[in-house]
Amino acid sequence: MTAISLDTRPRLAAKARLRWDRKDERFMLLYPERGLVLNPTAADVVKLCTGELTVGTIVEQLASKYTSQTREAVEREVVEFITRLAERGLVTDAGD
Amino acid sequence: MTDAPRVEPRVEAPRPYTLVAELTYRCPLRCVYCSNPVDWARHRDGLETADWLRIFREAEALGVVQVNLTGGEPLLRPDLEALVEEAERLDLYTNLITSGIPLTRERLAGLKALGLDNVQVSIQDVAAEGSDRIAGLRSFERKLEVARWVKELGLPLTLNTVLHRENLDRVAEVVALAETLSADRLELANTQYLGWALLNRAALLPTREQLDRAREVARAARRRLQGRMEVLFVTPDYYADYPKSCMDGWGRRFIVVSPDGLVLPCHAAHTIPGLTFDNARDRSLAEIWADSPAFGAFRGEGWMPEPCRSCERRGIDFGGCRCQAYQLTGDAAATDPVCPLSPQHALVTEARRGALAPAAAPLQYRAANPARR
Repeated sequence: MTAISLDTRPRLAAKARLRWDRKDERFMLLYPERGLVLNPTAADVVKLCTGELTVGTIVEQLASKYTSQTREAVEREVVEFITRLAERGLVTDAGD
Repeated sequence: MTDAPRVEPRVEAPRPYTLVAELTYRCPLRCVYCSNPVDWARHRDGLETADWLRIFREAEALGVVQVNLTGGEPLLRPDLEALVEEAERLDLYTNLITSGIPLTRERLAGLKALGLDNVQVSIQDVAAEGSDRIAGLRSFERKLEVARWVKELGLPLTLNTVLHRENLDRVAEVVALAETLSADRLELANTQYLGWALLNRAALLPTREQLDRAREVARAARRRLQGRMEVLFVTPDYYADYPKSCMDGWGRRFIVVSPDGLVLPCHAAHTIPGLTFDNARDRSLAEIWADSPAFGAFRGEGWMPEPCRSCERRGIDFGGCRCQAYQLTGDAAATDPVCPLSPQHALVTEARRGALAPAAAPLQYRAANPARR
């Protein structure tokens, strides 16, 4: 799954795990032999990748949280980020 | 070795991210390229369960977020469950690196329930004959069964195949096998010629042509499987354009603890004479990481000889692999001879030439003592 639409229901892959990094006070997304350091926005997206919510719903939720950005900008960033995660096999489509 | 590794002014220790817990060097397999030291039998399983639990806690406090449970064969430790449980309590990402032998489905289910995050199973080839020949044990069918259990139980599966001249032409079949098993990740790791693999180099080193073909197959598979299976292809140093950034640099990201408690910058560091390694039973991991002379020996750039010292890639590959430098040249502080700029690069090009006209070389299986040559 690499084509992400607003109807996709992204779910964190079994191999990936979100971890609070108390050492540097940030979230990390861990997977075998690797890890991604997440900024707060990215961590918010990952936390919503439960398989329950569509990308559209995730965009709505974040747009109402990050009010300094337009909805279009939030949508672009969320879709881009989830696409990157999907390419690495870190999220899958729960709707598939 | 002409002179002992020099201890330069101390370089500030960075944050480690990964603990490699070598729980035992014992293993039912006898793979001819085993990355354990040739003298592994001298290192007993000296660490008790309580030692390992403390090491996990100290590692996490230092910044470690991942622990690789490896060996030898980690399944031989009856306290593996206790270790996984503690790693889970510490919220560490746990990766079990195993031959899959000996294991039952029930034990694997128990490890999953305790919080195991990923299982890496090694397969030596795509059919029993070749796989069992390299492993020195009839094990192929059982490994496939273990790989299936991993997926049935909902655990992520990494399949690992070490590549060499005997199986490099079957990379497409390895990929197909990984797909059949629904592996989440496939590690096509070419043999690195250290330790046992160095003893067997004449039998294992492929030709460049063989390697290039296999790399192309892996590249196509990576594109085709993107998002479904992560496909890694690790080039052997002997055919790389530059040395690899071994362990991401000495004492930068990884802490390795050997079965007898030695705290090492890499899993072969204790094969380098002249370095003194601290034991996790004597000092805290934090002290060893920051102050141990062995960690300081090749940390940073102060130790580097020319051509590394003035090389623009010194912050990329960190001078390459110290163990390889020692094993090939006798001097651990030499530039890694796989580098074309190394004055001893001919050691590698001659080995490559040898691969074009291989002499019949008998395989030397991992044993308590290597046979005399």
